[in-house]
Amino acid sequence: MDWWYFLVDLLPFHWAQPGYMLFFKNALLAILIIGPLFGLLSTMIVNNRMAFFSESLGHGAFTGMVVGSLVGAISPTWGAVAFSIVFAVLVSVVKQKAKLSTDTVIGALSSVSIALGIFLSTVNGGNFSKLNNLLIGDVLSIDPPQILLLGILLLLVLLYWQFKINKLITISLNPSIAISRGIKIFTNETLFSVVIAVVVTVSISWVGLLVINSMLILPAAVARNLAKNMRSFTLISVLVAMITGIFGVVGSYYIGASASSCIVLMQSALFLLSFLHLRRNA
Amino acid sequence: MPQEQNQCHVCTHCGAGHAHTHADGCHHACCTIIENLSVQMGQDTIIHDINLHVHCGETTAIIGPNGAGKSTLIKAIIGEVKHEGTIRFVQANGTKVLSPIIGYVPQTPRFDPQYPASVLDLFVACTTDHPVWLRPSKAVRNHVELALARVGMEDQIDKKVGVLSGGQLQRVLLALALEPLPQILLLDEPSTGVDAKGLKTFYSTVEEIKQKYDLTVLIITHDRELMEEYADRLVLLNSTIVKVGTPQEVLASEEYKKLLG
Repeated sequence: MDWWYFLVDLLPFHWAQPGYMLFFKNALLAILIIGPLFGLLSTMIVNNRMAFFSESLGHGAFTGMVVGSLVGAISPTWGAVAFSIVFAVLVSVVKQKAKLSTDTVIGALSSVSIALGIFLSTVNGGNFSKLNNLLIGDVLSIDPPQILLLGILLLLVLLYWQFKINKLITISLNPSIAISRGIKIFTNETLFSVVIAVVVTVSISWVGLLVINSMLILPAAVARNLAKNMRSFTLISVLVAMITGIFGVVGSYYIGASASSCIVLMQSALFLLSFLHLRRNA
Repeated sequence: MPQEQNQCHVCTHCGAGHAHTHADGCHHACCTIIENLSVQMGQDTIIHDINLHVHCGETTAIIGPNGAGKSTLIKAIIGEVKHEGTIRFVQANGTKVLSPIIGYVPQTPRFDPQYPASVLDLFVACTTDHPVWLRPSKAVRNHVELALARVGMEDQIDKKVGVLSGGQLQRVLLALALEPLPQILLLDEPSTGVDAKGLKTFYSTVEEIKQKYDLTVLIITHDRELMEEYADRLVLLNSTIVKVGTPQEVLASEEYKKLLG
């Protein structure tokens, strides 16, 4: 982490003095990793109209964290990740098999998951308030090992993107063309939901369940209003996530509000601006 | 090279088809053999007992009333819908082709104008390993330009797919289906949303490519002109095959008059 502190210490802010407010500097680095992570995933969540689906994965991750902390012999995070992966695969399978509309199925599973999470955390008179940080999220409480975990995750997602993005785009453009080219739709979509589920689960403590889906949707929603092709789409989405991330964390320091809420409010404002821009050019 | 080796023989499987030559000695899927094909969706039988041979170098047009199962037949061939019965692809000498390259042009899909993919992105995503979120090399771009030039669309390479007109999109999707060069080209009602002039260009492009590369072309259509001028064979479908033959035969038949006349 020393290299990072060294870099931040060069900044002309009073919180940037050497050896001072390390937790805040950790949070800045974390948000610089979470930004691209969410910015990238956002592009395909928006393209594939998976906004509601990703919301349910967030609920799965919440329950995962509750289950993880109950059984977590090693670490609650790994239990949570395992639960979320199972949940993501389950939702994908049910979505494919179900004759009901997908909407209904995802909504129902989402509710089951959140109810299970609340039930498990309150049964026998358990106190829910200890889970508040999962709802609101607090990036200021992140410490170096968890930043490393996020960093590794970003590398894995970049690798995944490198090899699988073309298939996801082909499927989103036209499923029949994808099939005629030998692309397995179910496998690819399920793998993508597992990737989202893992990222959401690992980030939920820092971002918060209540706003995590906004951060998965808004960056690409902004980019979609401005982009001319996939490259500018991806770039704008990642930049929106990173820049609002930095301003959100720094801003939260000056106004004393939750960083995630600042980030989402800024992203919403950018979405409104991009929408007005689009309307004016139409 | 002696003529013998270059010859695509009369289909050895059904005795039908045609003798012609082709430069690669016919080492491609030359006969698509469909046997006892049925597709069931829930309680409904969409198509049943379809037995059909489709040959290379020929344009076979599938015609029939709405709901006859024309699209379902094509989706069964690309493997999108589950089916009973068999679909086999064989070379002229009888060797099986396990997974032939299939080019498929869907009924014109509509993309919303904000869909953030350019025509170039579409090609890069569908036909290359180069990840679409990074800038493609000059070579990739040139290759896509050549593919688009086949249908006269190379100047649209940077347009977003959602802003193309129906006819333009149809031609782009044809160029996409020809990349890589398929052995079997499946077209699902390419005439939807395309004006008469655009259609003419479209059909003659297909015809030219078919002859040049000896493709099997299977096309769903409602277009009388296409049936008469470009098709070598018509298949009249109404949940099962009602009539097969040359355009003259089928168009003059009682069955045609009853179902579509």
